[in-house]
Amino acid sequence: MDRYSRQQLFAPIGERGQQHIREKHVLVIGAGALGAANAESLVRAGIGKITIIDRDYVEWSNLQRQQLYTEEDATNRLPKAIAAAMHLRAINRDVVVEPIVADADARLLEHVVARERPHVIIDSTDNFDVRMIINDVSQKYDVPWIYGACVGSYGLSYVIVPNETPCLRCLLEEVPLGNATCDTAGIISPVVHMVVAHQTAEALKICVHAQVNRKLVSFDIWHGQYRMIDVHKLKKDDCPSCSERRTYPALQYENETKFAVLCGRETVQIRPAHRGEQEWTTLLSFLTKRGIQVEQNDYLFSFTIHRHRFVVFSDGRVLIHGTNDVQEAKRLYYQYLG
Amino acid sequence: MRCVINGEMIDLPAHIRTVAQLLQHFRIHEKIAIVEINANIIMKEKYEHAAIADGDRIEIVHFVGGG
Ligand SMILES: [Zn+2]
Repeated sequence: MDRYSRQQLFAPIGERGQQHIREKHVLVIGAGALGAANAESLVRAGIGKITIIDRDYVEWSNLQRQQLYTEEDATNRLPKAIAAAMHLRAINRDVVVEPIVADADARLLEHVVARERPHVIIDSTDNFDVRMIINDVSQKYDVPWIYGACVGSYGLSYVIVPNETPCLRCLLEEVPLGNATCDTAGIISPVVHMVVAHQTAEALKICVHAQVNRKLVSFDIWHGQYRMIDVHKLKKDDCPSCSERRTYPALQYENETKFAVLCGRETVQIRPAHRGEQEWTTLLSFLTKRGIQVEQNDYLFSFTIHRHRFVVFSDGRVLIHGTNDVQEAKRLYYQYLG
Repeated sequence: MRCVINGEMIDLPAHIRTVAQLLQHFRIHEKIAIVEINANIIMKEKYEHAAIADGDRIEIVHFVGGG
């Protein structure tokens, strides 16, 4: 009964606010360091429903900062969304947890947001391509979203409320290139928690219909810097995402197999234009017949050829570890899986 | 010239007189930076001409993608 008593004693939330939180649905995109921590905080806070989308599986290098996961998850190579859902349900069984193992592309995000109409979207992704999709979906379906990102000991966060604040595209004239987004610079967990603290606080405010922070917050937890900047003047009258002349450029679907280098991981991701579970099973038996040793769980199978490890997800996506070279990945992909 | 940048007093080389030069000095790409001088936000199209003066309090925020 008194599970939420301390939170309800906090006057801006109160019993009424707690009831509001209970009725809300949050969509968390990405289940890495930011996603795991945001999800855990909101599930503990008693959110009604959480949908969590992630394309990856748990690896040993994640355990240093991705707080929901255990060594067992890494050993079993569980998809992060599945592992997260399992741990979140164990933390609070009253919360409806919906995991989605998939790449958060425009088609999927638009589908999920149109169907579910979440009350807020929390950005826990690691790249700006997805963020620009989130930004457009947010504007199109009038759902606020909370940007958060960090690298090294530096982090920042900003709430985008459609029709009220400038959107991310208003603030960013172009998508930062690899270097700035790369996890080669390393990261320490306290800055993750600082970003998450801001994101979760703003999400709770949205849940209880309180006024959000309109400022762009940035900080360096190692060097002791913290600042807030009022960015309302940066709203653009001709923004292609949020102005009257909007075209939602990030939502233009493309029907082709996509190859993307995953920054700092020596991995290339391949997203086929069409491939479903049925082909996944066919592929699996095809490889086994060729005498390739395949390891599998319910969500993915993997095999190694020379120094390359292939991981094939049931939604058809493939990760090829051991290369940063798209051309080489293409060759390998078509050779073994095409 | 001495300015307070992100809360720290910093001596800048004499040739830095505009926001664009300042960003270049810190190797921050203009398009992904937000700059505030004495609590006034500077529009990106003005970086080239926006002047910096001795004693200015400057905040520079740059976007990163990690998570
Ligand atoms: Zn905009």
